[in-house]
Parts: sequence; C-alpha cells; structure tokens
Amino acid sequence: MEVCGCVFVTCACFMATFDVSPLLEIRAISKRFGDLTANDAISLTLRRGEIHALIGENGAGKSTLMQILYGRITPDAGEILLEGKPLAAGTAAARAAGITMVFQQFVLFEALTGLENLRLGLGNGMKPRALRDKALAFAERYGFWVELDRRVSELSAGEHQRLEVLRCIMQEPKVLIMDEPTSVLTPQEADGLFETIRLLARNGTGIVYISHKLREIRALCERATVLRRGRVVARPDPQKTELDAMARAMLGDDAVALADLAETEDKATGTLSAVPSVPTMPSVLPPRETTRLFVEGLTLPSVHRQGVGLSDISFSVAAGEIFGIAGIAGNGQNTLLEALTGERLLPHGQEQAIRLQGRAVGQLGVLARRRLGLATVPEDRHGHGAVGDLTLKENILLTSTHVTHGEDALVRRFACSGGWLRLRRAGMVAEQVLARFAIQGAEARGPDTLARKLSGGNLQRFIVGRGLLHAPDLLLVLQPTWGVDAHAAARIHQALREAAERGAGVLLISQDLDELLALSHRIAVLARGQLSRPFICADFKDSPAGKSELRHALGLLMTGLGGTSTNPDREKVL
Amino acid sequence: MLIVRIEPREFDTTSTQGARAHLRVLGLAAVVPLLVSLLLGGLIFLSNGIPPLHGLHAFFIAPLSDRLGLTELLVKAAPLALIACGLLFVFRANVWNIGAEGQFILGAIGATGTALFLVPQDSPFCLPALFLGGVIAGAAWAGVVAWLRAHLRVNEILCSLMLVYVAQLLLHWLVQSPWRDPQGYNFPETALFESSLMLPILVERTRLHLGVLFVVPAVALTWLLLNRSLFGLAISVAGRAPRAARFAGFSQKRIIWMTLLVSGGFAGLAGAVEVVGLTGQLVPRISPGYGFTAIIVAFLGGLHPLGVVAAALLVALTYLGGEAAQVTTQLPYAAAGIFQGLLLFSVLAFGFFSRHRVRFTRAVQRPAGQVLQASANLPANPSANSSTNPRVDL
Ligand SMILES: Nc1ncnc2c1ncn2[C@@H]1O[C@H](COP(=O)(O)OP(=O)(O)OP(=O)(O)O)[C@@H](O)[C@H]1O
Ligand SMILES: [Mg+2]
Repeated sequence: MEVCGCVFVTCACFMATFDVSPLLEIRAISKRFGDLTANDAISLTLRRGEIHALIGENGAGKSTLMQILYGRITPDAGEILLEGKPLAAGTAAARAAGITMVFQQFVLFEALTGLENLRLGLGNGMKPRALRDKALAFAERYGFWVELDRRVSELSAGEHQRLEVLRCIMQEPKVLIMDEPTSVLTPQEADGLFETIRLLARNGTGIVYISHKLREIRALCERATVLRRGRVVARPDPQKTELDAMARAMLGDDAVALADLAETEDKATGTLSAVPSVPTMPSVLPPRETTRLFVEGLTLPSVHRQGVGLSDISFSVAAGEIFGIAGIAGNGQNTLLEALTGERLLPHGQEQAIRLQGRAVGQLGVLARRRLGLATVPEDRHGHGAVGDLTLKENILLTSTHVTHGEDALVRRFACSGGWLRLRRAGMVAEQVLARFAIQGAEARGPDTLARKLSGGNLQRFIVGRGLLHAPDLLLVLQPTWGVDAHAAARIHQALREAAERGAGVLLISQDLDELLALSHRIAVLARGQLSRPFICADFKDSPAGKSELRHALGLLMTGLGGTSTNPDREKVL
Repeated sequence: MLIVRIEPREFDTTSTQGARAHLRVLGLAAVVPLLVSLLLGGLIFLSNGIPPLHGLHAFFIAPLSDRLGLTELLVKAAPLALIACGLLFVFRANVWNIGAEGQFILGAIGATGTALFLVPQDSPFCLPALFLGGVIAGAAWAGVVAWLRAHLRVNEILCSLMLVYVAQLLLHWLVQSPWRDPQGYNFPETALFESSLMLPILVERTRLHLGVLFVVPAVALTWLLLNRSLFGLAISVAGRAPRAARFAGFSQKRIIWMTLLVSGGFAGLAGAVEVVGLTGQLVPRISPGYGFTAIIVAFLGGLHPLGVVAAALLVALTYLGGEAAQVTTQLPYAAAGIFQGLLLFSVLAFGFFSRHRVRFTRAVQRPAGQVLQASANLPANPSANSSTNPRVDL
C-alpha cells in the first residue's frame, strides 16, 4: 500500500511541476435569483496543487459560485474551463471530470450506516470489507476518526462532517471544493484536516476552501478571493495581508459597524478573527440568586443502540449566567439536548433530575417547558431547527405556539395555542427578526421566503433570532455561530450576552473553545456522557498564562485524556 | 457488475431554462399518464375484439352526453371527493390510512342507526343528527386505528385495511338479521327512511341530491384547515420533518389521533350522505369501493383540495364508463377498476420519473489494497448526494 502511495506521489509531483496551465478557470460567471444578483461576473483561476480561499460575508455568493462549479446550478452567463476544456453542464459532468464537493451541510442517507454511505458515494462497487479497509486507511492516514457502522441519523453534525470529508478525499479528486468544512470540527480535528488538505494539494489537487475563520485561511491558503454582494472585491495574499484588512475587504462599508462591535466583541474568537488579541473573558461570576436550570444526577441512555447516553450529570445555570458545555460532538450532546428541551421525557421517578425555574420538569413536554421560559437553538438547521420547505413566517411559528411572553405587544400576541394561525402578525414578527440580525436573501419576498432559500449563515441567524424572540428565561443554544460570518457572529454573541444581562440563564453547548472562552462564566466538559466539574473562568482571567492553562485543561478533557473519562474506542481508532 | 442508480432530477428553478424545463416535465407528468392509460385501455379493448376508438368513446364520452349522465357523474364524484378530502390530512402527515372504505361503511351504518332508532321522525334536527351519526361512527372506526397506532405501535396500514373487512362483515350481519326490514320480503336491507329523513333531489328525474353540494364547504374547510390552522401547520411539519415537529412540540400521537379522526369523519360523512341522499336505506352493496378509489383520487389530485375535486370527477367517469361499457360493449364492470388502476399506476410512475432519473453504470472493480490511484481514472462520483431527502444547505 505504501509503495503504491509513493509511486503516486512521485507521478503527481511530476504532473504538478511540468504542467503550468491553470487547472481550473472560472470566467465571468453571473447568476441572478430574481432581483438578487448572487454572482456578478466572477472570475477565478485555480492552479494544480493550490489551496485557494473563497471568503465573504453570509450571502456573499460563495456557495452559489461553488454550486455552479459543481453543476448544481446553471449560471446565467460565463463559462468554466477544466484543464483548458469547457466543462459540460450538470453535476454528473462535473463529477466525471473529477470535481467533488464537501457541502456546508450534509447530503448523506440518514437511514444507512457510514460505510454504506461511502459505498454509495464512491459508487465503484467495492466490496464492503475492502472499502472498510480503505476508509480506515484514509482515516488513519489523515488522522481523523469516523464512525462507519452507525446509522448516519444517529451521528452528530461533527461526525457527519468527518464522513463527508472522508468521502471526498477517498475519491482523490482533481478539484476539491470545501464549503466550511471545519465549522463543526474541533481544533484538533481541524488541524488533522489541514494536514489532509496540504497532502492532497501536494499531490496536485486544486482546492477551493470556504471559511469564515480568517486565521485558518492564513494558515492554509496561498491565494484568496474575496466576494462581497456577488462581486470580487479583492484578491489579497493571505500570507501577507493583515487579517484586519481582509475582514475590511469582506465587509466594505460595514467595516465601520465592525469596528463598533469589535469593542464589545472578543476579537480573537475563531469566528471574529480579524485581530488576534487576548480574549476578554467575563470577569465576574454573576450573583447566584435565582437558579434558572438545575440538573442533578441526570442519567439517560441514548435512544440509539451505540449512541452515547448521559451518566449522572449535574450542573446548574443561574440567572444572568452563561454556562458553557464544551465537548466533541457525539459525546452525549444530543441526548442532553433532547432531555432538556422535553423532546424526550425522563422515566417516571426521575422528574426531579431536571428543574426549570424551580419546577421539576422531567415529565413535562416541549410546550410546557416553553411556557416556563425555555427557548432552544438546536444544532441542525434543516429538519430540526427549521423546515426548509416552509416559509420563514411559518418557521417562526414552530417555537412560538403557546407562548405569551415577549418584550413588545406584537410578539406577545402573534402566537396561537390552537385554532387559526395569525399569519400576518407572524410575518411582522419574522420581519423584526430579519431586521435585527440583518438577514440577507429575504429582501424580495420577506417573511414569505422559503427557509431553504436562505444561505446557511443567514438561516442560522434567523434561528438564533427566533430563539431570542420571547425573552426566554433559559436559553439553550448549540453551536450558535455555525457557519455565520464574523460580523453576524459578533452580533449573536452580543445578543447572548444581553440575554444574560437581562437575567436569562444561557446554556451554551459548543465545540468551539474560543467561543466558549469568550462568552462563558463557567465551563464544564462533556466527554463520553460524563460532565466534568465546571471551571470558573474568572479564576483564570488575570494572566495570559492562566488562560492558556484553562484552554489546555479543557482540551485534554474534551479528548478524554484529562483523567476521569477516557474513551478506549476513540483512542483505538485515532 | 451493473449498477442501477435512481437519482433525483435536479431542476435549477432559478434560471429561466431550468424553470422552463421543470414546468415542461410537470406538464408532461400530468398529461402523459392520461394518454398512456387511454392507450393501454385501447389495447385492452382491442384484445377483447372491440375497436379501441369505439370502446373509448363508449367508456368516456357517451356517458356524458345527456343530463342523466352528467348528474350521475356528480353523484359518484361527491363521495370520492369527500373521502379524499379527509385523506389529505392523513397522507400529508405521513399517516397511511388505507381503510377509508371501512370508515365509509361505518358512516352509512351510523346514519342508518340514527334514523332507525335515535331520532324522533318529526324533529327539525333529525337530518343533521343523521350526518352527525355518520361522522361519529366513521371517526370512531378510524379512532380504533389511531389507538392501535399511537399507543401500541401497530402498523396503521395493516390495521386500517383489516378493519375494512370487519366493517363489511358488520354491515352484512346488520342487514341480514337485526336491522332487516320485516316487510322487506327477506331482502337483506333495512326499511326505507321516511321521506322527511331524505335529502331533497335537486334536478327532477335524476338522482342528483343536495348532499352533492356538501363537497363545496368540505373542500373549503379542508383548504383552510390545512393552510391556515395550527393543526395544518403541525401536519405539514410532521409530514416533512418529524424531528422538527418534535422540537416544535407537535405531539406525534396527537397528530396521529387528530388526522385519523378527521379522515374517518370525512369518510363517515360520505357514507351518511350516500344513505340519506341516495339509497334511503342500508344495503349490502352500499359502496362500490369508494373508500379505496378515494386513495387514487387523493394522489391524482396531488394531495391538494382543488386537485381532489378534478380527480374525483375524472375517476367518477371511469365508474360511469364501466357501467356504460358493460351495456354497449359487453365488457365486464371490472373494466372500470382496470382504468382506475391504469390511471393510478401511470400517474404515480410518471410522477416518480418526473422527479427521478434512472442511470445504469458499470462498476469499476479495483484491487482492494490500492489506496491511492492516479486521478485520471476517477470513479463516478456520489449519488449519496441524492438522498431521498437531500438537505443541502450552502
Ligand atoms: N435557490 C435560491 N433562491 C433564491 N435565492 C437564493 C437561492 N440560493 C441562494 N440564494 C440567495 O443568494 C445569495 C447568495 O447565497 P449563497 O448561499 O451563495 O451565500 P454564501 O456566500 O454561501 O453565504 P453563507 O456564508 O451564509 O453560506 C443569498 O442572499 C441567498 O439568499
Ligand atoms: Mg454558503
């Protein structure tokens, strides 16, 4: 196997050195959606072995351009040349020509296992045994761990993402498009992925890399193209340009607004990485007068056979506090979310394990908990947090039935608890959310836009905005800034802080340590279904050394190496 | 090894050509099935020694040439449309009630029972009471399915279907012994209702009765409930994304109960209308399979209330055609069933192929150990991108 690899590497280098014509040329591609120009005469060249960054704020047109390249969308004008030859229309032609894509969110068969998905995805009729060996070889080579035998529906977002990446690299494409591949990976996994990407590039693959994390771009890419409102506005050299300047190019006129926000926002979070500096951790722990959420001895098996359940989890969230739970996806986060929202009820006799506003709610359903002031932002945008085929105003009703609280009269009165929908009022409320989080892509039809027509980051903003609508007393958020650009991430962080200041308890479940460190008052780690004791961030705030010490400790706990909770399976495969 | 692959057709409805292509395919999916069923029907006529054009004329055109035929069409389309309206609720929520036939029969039994035993004949409320009796009986019959499905997790397809046979046996037993008309010369029928308990006839010397007009409010109500009520929203969410429904707090059990009760209620109403408007008594052959045919109607109508009306008229025509063809071409009445089957299959098949394409590819067998390979002979890329419910969010 090794020999094969070496032979290939040599011959790829050979190709890479002797062929200097660009691998891929995108020429003046334009695409309009009704009145909206998503791509306006965009050109881009990709050389063999190049890692090219495509950056821009949410709704700038990045995914649209890449879907055009992948053949999913037909452009209105322009052409694409691969190795000097025009590329035929359609995904099939693009695939046959060696273009593959990691989608921002995943397109896997939910009912099949990871291995079966790979088998279908590769479509080469390989025997399962051989395919498994190959997959494991790839996973080992590139240093990330994938679940091959569990059903995809049981996997968390991070695991989906790893599987998608694996599928694509196993095809060894000529052009690999990666649309925010690290959005739900841990830093370690991301590092592993970067190695993968570099290795592929060295073998001659051209890679287009979309990300909102400018530091990643700097670490990885040789060239960058910045899109703004569908146009190329800059082609900076990421190695030489200041991150700040790149962020400014992305935001254009909005840069001023960014500067304002930056004062309150931690500038070093992975998402708003314009200027590297020490994160401002919340300094004081809020007084623990009212407890919003109290969890004690919560034990719950996963609904899936091999899923990770919860064992004996205890923590509490006070009013005014942001409590962070760090952990790699797939360590019980889903079970915890379902138990807290009421999507899954606790067994009889265990009602007391979860107390919301002082009431035992283990046996109360979603609606009852919502009435007690719980709001949730789940991880999965499509099919969980929102329904793509419904309009935004219908989607806003999903979390608004049976609630009567909220800051203004409209919000208090639009929701219904049965009977007829108040669609016009729901539309007005949706309009508010659109305005508050500056959501783009819904200009033409407003609240009647179908949810799936929004770009990933914009839909995420919408779901977060909806979660904040009814002035919740307890806000449960998973990965709130997944796929959201720096500007909007700052806004979302700000909104979470404001919610806490207003007296809400915020439970933030994330794998993004930067985000957790920037927002949380206390952080605990969930690994293998067990929760560590919480760290009080204020204790580490004084020195930069303290901060990196905390980060280190959290990182170790997350990978299960921090003593108490170890994960034998994971170590074995890693 | 040959791999057969079914991929969704992707239309880029955002570009004008893409949108046009999409419309073209949708148009074809509506017209082609009709043509294909006519063609196949013609072949069936031919194989029975009947000139196809003559047969088709006798089947589809002759029945509509007079007033009687036209009114008969409405009389037959009404129960189909009523039942199918109810079926929209269950099917949109992904609950597979295929036992509307049983619920229809129970509706007829309920209305008859109310007429025979419960209402004082001269009260002004007696007519509405009959319909209420039908609705309750139909809903209760569907309620059995709901209970089995929601609380015991019994497959609703099986139990709703089997309850049809129970309903038929119940009907036969009732008309044979306890409810048989003592003055009825031993025919298995109940006594005829008083004329005050019958719906008025709308057109002289036809069977067109007032009950046919029930379809109008029923369709309007269905549309309103599906599109403008929280119940309808819960149905669309549960049918499209069960996980989102759970997240939103729409209880799965409740949706099963409510949709089944509503669909049973509609079927029961149709059964009651049939007895009160048409037969005026309970007879063993109260339904020529309306409950099953309504499933075809619901899908032919694209699960939309107005579509259902059009589909009901079309399918009712096959019933009339079957009767007419029996007389003029000596084909058995079952020919109606054949046309209904042809229609359903071609509609479903063409609907499927308008959304998917089939590809044949030859698998490339490669040595297992070869991990890296020159990028020149890349394997055909994934169809995994085409899960039945693709969730691409970019
Ligand atoms: N099918 C569609 N119909 C109408 N508008 C669309 C459609 N797809 C995308 N858009 C709009 O086109 C614009 C560009 O979307 P695109 O998905 O390319 O953004 P993006 O740069 O990938 O953003 P993000 O960072 O949020 O993923 C958005 O305003 C979006 O709302
Ligand atoms: Mg995108």
